[in-house]
Amino acid sequence: MTAISDRRQLAYIAAQAADARVNVELEAEGMTLNIGPQHPATHGTLRIVARLDGEQVIEADPVMGYMHRGYEKLAEVRTYPQVTTLINRIDWLGSFANEVPFILAAEQLMDIEAPPRARHIRTILFELARIANVTLFLGDMGVQLGAVTPIFYAFRDREHILNQIESATGGRFHPNFDRIGGVKDDLPAGWLAETKQSLGEIRKFCDQMEDLILGNEIFQARTRGIGVIPADVGLSYGLSGANIRSSGVDWDLRRDGAHPGLAYNDVEWRVWTHPDGDSFARYWVRLQEVRESCLIVEQLLDSMPSGPIMAKVPRIIKVPEGEAYVETENPLGVMGYYVVSQGGLEPFRVKIRSASFSNMSISPWLLKGTYVPDVITILASLYFILGDIDR
Amino acid sequence: MISMLLAAEFAWWQTTAFKLVMAIVAVLIPAGTTVYLYLFKMVSFMQSRLGPMEAGPYGSMQLLAELGKNLQKEDIFPLKADRAVFALAPYVVLMSTFLLAVVIPFGPDAAFTNIDVGVYLALAVSSVSVIGILMAGWASASKYSLLGGLRAAGQLIAYELPLILAVVGVVIQAGTLNLQGIIAAQNQQEIFGWGAIGNPYILTQFVGFMIFMIAVQAELTQVPFDMPIAESELVSGYMTEYSGFRFLMFFIGEFATANIFAFLASVLFLGGWSVPPFVTDLLGIAWDSNWMNFIGPLVMLTKMLLLTFIIYWVRFTYPRFREDQLQKFAWKFLIPLSLLNIFATGVLKVVF
Repeated sequence: MTAISDRRQLAYIAAQAADARVNVELEAEGMTLNIGPQHPATHGTLRIVARLDGEQVIEADPVMGYMHRGYEKLAEVRTYPQVTTLINRIDWLGSFANEVPFILAAEQLMDIEAPPRARHIRTILFELARIANVTLFLGDMGVQLGAVTPIFYAFRDREHILNQIESATGGRFHPNFDRIGGVKDDLPAGWLAETKQSLGEIRKFCDQMEDLILGNEIFQARTRGIGVIPADVGLSYGLSGANIRSSGVDWDLRRDGAHPGLAYNDVEWRVWTHPDGDSFARYWVRLQEVRESCLIVEQLLDSMPSGPIMAKVPRIIKVPEGEAYVETENPLGVMGYYVVSQGGLEPFRVKIRSASFSNMSISPWLLKGTYVPDVITILASLYFILGDIDR
Repeated sequence: MISMLLAAEFAWWQTTAFKLVMAIVAVLIPAGTTVYLYLFKMVSFMQSRLGPMEAGPYGSMQLLAELGKNLQKEDIFPLKADRAVFALAPYVVLMSTFLLAVVIPFGPDAAFTNIDVGVYLALAVSSVSVIGILMAGWASASKYSLLGGLRAAGQLIAYELPLILAVVGVVIQAGTLNLQGIIAAQNQQEIFGWGAIGNPYILTQFVGFMIFMIAVQAELTQVPFDMPIAESELVSGYMTEYSGFRFLMFFIGEFATANIFAFLASVLFLGGWSVPPFVTDLLGIAWDSNWMNFIGPLVMLTKMLLLTFIIYWVRFTYPRFREDQLQKFAWKFLIPLSLLNIFATGVLKVVF
């Protein structure tokens, strides 16, 4: 008897308290909306605390770190070849691309140069990872805008690329294929022709997306003039990749950075920029980039040199004392590894500069004054991956 | 035997009980059909996936599986929810669907009611669902639900107007507010003296038809007008906090309302249960003979499936608008256009 009345009383008190909380929230200036950490639009566990006036955002504050896995620290207790297994998981949609800058940094420290065939294979896989990653963005942007269908096409056609990555490396998502001084294995027989075929599928997919999304009036109404990033603001926030190129900054490390371990100097391609800097421009630039990546891979396949896939590397990898910072143009933007070695088997310190972290840092500035539906499209067009933000 | 059955006189309670059962059949069977046919299968093929395969042959029992799943789920009330209003909201939404079904005729005599202001009642009753959605949005005590409910209220009120104004053109042309009368007019009128197919108003009122279908899409909160639900922004809008049976009620309400609106559109623009005069001439029966009580529902079902196909096709093709763009579209484009349509219809009615 007493238990029941106690429970009733507790329930009553709880209800009163809940009422009071609701009232306080409603009377306060604006409403605080917690977008995430569990929310369909945050690709994982990003949390955005937005203060709203009606549907207008007065203030938006991204809260990061729900997926922090401590890779920088973990890398300090692993040998150099073991680190690639970890850093594969940073940007999980384009995993191979994460390995490249780290391996390049280690090669730079050890003063090793990969042979031409290894450089070609590395670059091809780098670009395939980019295609697999950005393809998903091209479909996902539709979902964030309410068009459900494109994402299924993206998943379907990304599979062509993932199959190629799998048949070359053995891993669909996490190849762990890049080695200091080269790559793990040679390509399987018939791989070159098959890859060319799957690039054709990706080209078809790009045309389809141009039809289905880019040309759609509603898509244009929702993205043109929304989330405009001026070039100087973007640069001061450290934006990189397609996000800054869509603000008209002609900067691509594949062309501008001198990477001895990659074969970009052997191919002809174009860096696309867009003057507008809005969500539409970001989508457009990425779409063109997928096409350019197809072009790069095709040329590399045609000019594939013969020869060894590994340079002469000692059996036990000991990196001489020193430090190196190498950054490359990854699918999400510029990714850099600052590796400090004290001459041991393991790196002394690894600092990872991931693209999404810097790209997200502009969001408080960018989201101020926008409407809730635009918050979603702007975040989607910035294209972040949670693993890449939190590491 | 059939003619004997038709000639027999039934007591009031018998016809009423029959009508009650048939009302449930008329709402639930088409809803199940469209959900399975379009939401499960057609959309799967559109999106290059397979759709349900495991439950029953070719996945045909999936609907029952979903029903069972929703029935056995826990009925959750959020802590801060206004319990009574929260519990009632889905029923209010579903009620508007059933009330809407009441006026739809399925044959010369196969109608639940035959009132003189059928169109008027249908359009008035269709807006009752706004109340249910607002109730759900407010009572959930969730910010996403609240935003969704308020968006729904703004949207449904804005699109009520083009919906009504689009129908005015039909009413002017038919000269009656009675739905049976509108069907008769479509069957008996002629297009410039050519009466083989009658005068289905989709031909002569094409602008009205387009406005009506766009407004229906908005009334149903389907893409491109699905901001009240907007799963990438508001999780699930006003439905966020609902689970189990109450969610099922919303779900049925959503799809049954789509069907009922498609029924209404086929009555207003496609000639309803009637078939073109040349077909009845060929068969040697009057256009409103007793046979139409049997053929009529099937004709209606066919027309309804055609129109719902368009609704779902659009739903799974387009991205969604933003609310302000939606309001602009309604007030600055659809309403002036429908007023113009009424004006043109009136002038032409006098001229011919």
